[in-house]
This record gives sequence, C-alpha cells and structure tokens, in this order.
Amino acid sequence: MTSQEFASNVLPRRSLKRVPSSPRTLFSAVMTVVAFACAAIALIPLISVLYYVIINGAGRLGPDLFTQLPPPPLVKGGGFGNAILGTLLTVGMAAAISIPFGVLAAIFLSEFARDTVVADWIDFFTNVLSGVPSIVVGVFAYALVVVTTGTFSAFAGGVALAVLMLPTIVRTAAESLESVPNETRQAAIGLGATRFQTTIQVVLPAAIPAIVTGVMLAISRAAGETAPLIFTALFSQYWAKGVWEPIASLSVLVFNFATVPYKNQQQLAWAGALVLVGMVLITSILSRWATQRKR
Amino acid sequence: MTPNLQTARQTETVFRTENLNIYYGNFLAVKDVSIKIPKHCITAFIGPSGCGKSTVLRCFNRLNDLIKSFHIDGKIYYHDQDLYSSEIDPVEVRRQVGMVFQKPNPFPKSIYDNIAFGPRLLGYKGDMDVLVERSLKQAALWDEVKDKLKESGTAISGGQQQRLCIARAVAVQPDVILMDEPCSALDPISTLKIEDLLQELKEQYTIIIVTHNMQQASRASDFTAFFNVQANDKGQRTGYVVEYDRTEVIFQNPMQEATREYVSGRFG
Repeated sequence: MTSQEFASNVLPRRSLKRVPSSPRTLFSAVMTVVAFACAAIALIPLISVLYYVIINGAGRLGPDLFTQLPPPPLVKGGGFGNAILGTLLTVGMAAAISIPFGVLAAIFLSEFARDTVVADWIDFFTNVLSGVPSIVVGVFAYALVVVTTGTFSAFAGGVALAVLMLPTIVRTAAESLESVPNETRQAAIGLGATRFQTTIQVVLPAAIPAIVTGVMLAISRAAGETAPLIFTALFSQYWAKGVWEPIASLSVLVFNFATVPYKNQQQLAWAGALVLVGMVLITSILSRWATQRKR
Repeated sequence: MTPNLQTARQTETVFRTENLNIYYGNFLAVKDVSIKIPKHCITAFIGPSGCGKSTVLRCFNRLNDLIKSFHIDGKIYYHDQDLYSSEIDPVEVRRQVGMVFQKPNPFPKSIYDNIAFGPRLLGYKGDMDVLVERSLKQAALWDEVKDKLKESGTAISGGQQQRLCIARAVAVQPDVILMDEPCSALDPISTLKIEDLLQELKEQYTIIIVTHNMQQASRASDFTAFFNVQANDKGQRTGYVVEYDRTEVIFQNPMQEATREYVSGRFG
C-alpha cells in the first residue's frame, strides 16, 4: 500500500466549499448571536443611566448652575457652583496626596523590591485596601482628620479620597512599570546609568502614558464618591473659604437634593448628576488623548 | 590547552581572566576560563548554545551583578585592576566597557536623545550636536537618520536600531565594546553593514563579540575562543573554553579535535 492510498483510505479528501447547514457552521452562527446579545445587554445600564441623566438634567443646564449657590427650599433658580468647586478642590487635594505616594510606591515595588517578600506583602495589603468599602475609608478619615482637627473640612475629604485612590494608582503604575522590557533597563545600566538614573530617565518616561491612564481612572472614580465625603467634607451652602472648613461637593449635593420633596432641588440633583458624569467623561477622554499623543 | 598567543602578547592586554569560575547559586555555569583579550582587536566567542559565552561576556562589564545568585571565583583583570575587587564601582566599569545586546534595545526616546543619554550621564559639557553626529557617523547610520533625529529610536528598522545601539555605545567613548550576538536578529545586509563597521571600530575600541555565526567569526574577528559544554553526572551543564587562538588557527588548523568538528559543522 503506498502512502497515497493509505491517506485516502483513512481520511477521504473533503470538499473545501462552505456548507451553511453543517452543525459546525450553525453552532458558530448561534454563538455569535448570543455573544452579541450579551454585549448589548451589558451596555444597557450605561445607556439608560446616560439617558435618564440627560433627559432629567439637561433642562437645567445653563450658566446659573456654575455661578449660583444652592437655593433654600421653595426658592426658584439657583445652582451649585460651590459644589463643582468643592469637588475639584477635594479631588485635587486627593490627587496631590495619592499620586506621589502611589507612583513612588509603585517604583519601589517594580524597580527596587521586585520578587522580594516585602513587595509581596505590600502588594497584598494594597489589594486589601482596594477592597475596603468606601464608607469605612470615610470613617477612617473622620477619626484621623476630623476628630484630631476638630472640624469637618475639605482637607479631610481629600484625605479620604486619597486613601481610596491609592491602591488603584499603585497597582496600575506598578503594572505599567513592570511592562517596560528588561532590555531597556539593561541598555541604560550597560551605559553606566545607576539604578536611580535608569528608573527616572528611562523606565518612568516609558511607563508614563499607562500611569496617566491609571491616575485618571482613579481620579474619575474618586470624583463620584459620596460616602467618604459625608463624614469628612460634610456639605456647605456657601462658597468655600478655605480647606479647613466643611465644603460642598457634587456627589453629596446629588445625595442631599435627590431625597428632598422639593421640585427645584430634585431638578438640581439631576443636573448635578449630569455635570458629574460629564466631568468623569471629560477626564477619561483627556487621559486617552494624552496617552495616544505620547505614542 | 596551551593557546598560541604570540601575536596577542605583542599588543597590550585589556582583559585577563585567571581560572575564572562562574556560578549561579551552587550551579557552576562556566569553569576555568583563562584568556587574554588583546587591545584594538576583535575577539569572537563561538560555541553551541548554553556554553556560557554570553555569561563570560557579561562578566566583563559586571552586568551579571544584576542577577542575585551570581558569583565568581578566580580573577578578571581589566588593565591590571581586579575587576571584582570590592573597591571597584560597577557603574564606572560599565561607563568604560560598553555593551550592544542581542535584541536591538533603543530607548523609547528620540534618536538624538538615545545617543545623548550616555554623554549626559557622564556630564558631557561639549557640543552635543557634534557628538551625536560623530557617533552616528561612526555607526554608519548618519546618512539614514540625519533628517529624523527627533523621531523615536524605536520607529526605524531593526538593522538601523542595532546600529543606533552601537552609536549609543560609542557616544561615551568607551574603552571596550561588548557585543552579544549583535546580528542574530538582523537580515544579511544589515549584518554585513555591522561587520564592516566592526573593522572600523576596532581602530579605536577593543571589541569582544559573541556570535553563533561561524562565517561571521572567521570573517570579522582576529581572535576566536571556542566554548563547549559538558554535563556532569547530575546533568548540570558547565561551559568551558576548548581552545583560544588567532582566528585563522581556530578555523584552519585547530589543535583540538572538538574545535575542528565544530568549525567545520560536523559537531554533535
């Protein structure tokens, strides 16, 4: 028996033509439809949130929102300029605290202590921290800052948000540093760079786009947090005078106004939600734009 | 094994190893290497995979220090300084002993900044534009990139990237350039360009090159060390130098049968 006979006996030569009714083709078609349907269903919450927020909030959009203070009950008009400013201020302080700590911790984990026991433990505790409920973080910041300083304050809110942002920043920054190829590090070391010079001048710049994405993600998460702010920044009807007193924020404003029986306040809550979503969206788009431009 | 190094003795010796044993933890990776690397020559390390050529090469600029379990016994002298003495700063060693790696590894920075990186580390005060141009010309890359110095070093072809890495290495005016299979990721034309380049570079630098390409070793080098590997009864594979001599001796009239078989392609 020649080898040709052998092959044609065991495995008859098959037609190369497509057979639409074969079980394999049908299975593939059905699964494609199922996968598409699941993807569509997963998008429903996002689309409906956006839909409701826009339908209910867009009517109140206008310059007043950004320049006026929240009105007392039964008074028409008003806005929440102080809450927008307050959100920017608390998130800004949180970023100013958590970015340096987070990025430096990531540099330590990825560049100086990789594969050591210390790094494993820090990594583990970072994961634990990211699982701590935000309300617990709020209580922590209350005990740490509000109780010791004797006042609710924007700074206390910033500390609470910083604790929430820290694990996200550490993890994304460490991952982006670790994804810089070792050949690049060796090239710098081979040229006589110290470890510090290698990290600062070569590894960190190469990882910056990915780090920026992680930071933006953390910032937009923190901007929407309500629970940790209730205990710390509290709320204020007035423009902020400094970081050492209670301050308004968009998320707490939405929380307060959505639950009161006054029509005007409810509308402001919807508009606040819309502005908050818009701010998060702009942050995400900015981070994408920044990352793509770097490449 | 008594290499005939008459010619090598006539020139100055840059590196001298004495009974060098290289370990990773308890594992003996390379044993009993005693060779002299002559100045302004190209020395090639050849041999089968896993025989420790790259390991020995990376001892010369202390790059193996990055591996925690690495240690040596025996001696490596660099211009009569004990390279592994505790007084030696490995960072300073690497500034005088440059390296070109197997895979082109330009920094994700502009071509200009790739070249300027090393000189800036050393606090170079002169005209950086002149230095960048001179380095790129030495690496035979200037004409191809002179109009795109601001573009990323990773955006050019593989052969150009490797010449960029050579330019980056020569920019700090090292004493020695180590090359770890610099052409293994390149096409034949780029390979020839780099081999031509080696002949020009050896006027100014001492070059040690690890290569799997026998023709490359015979064409480009002045001295050749043939490494081989032997397994002990536990299956641990230890590399050693079979023969080290002038390249034409290694390729035409080697003293060892193993060398003859390897260079003629009848190895196994």
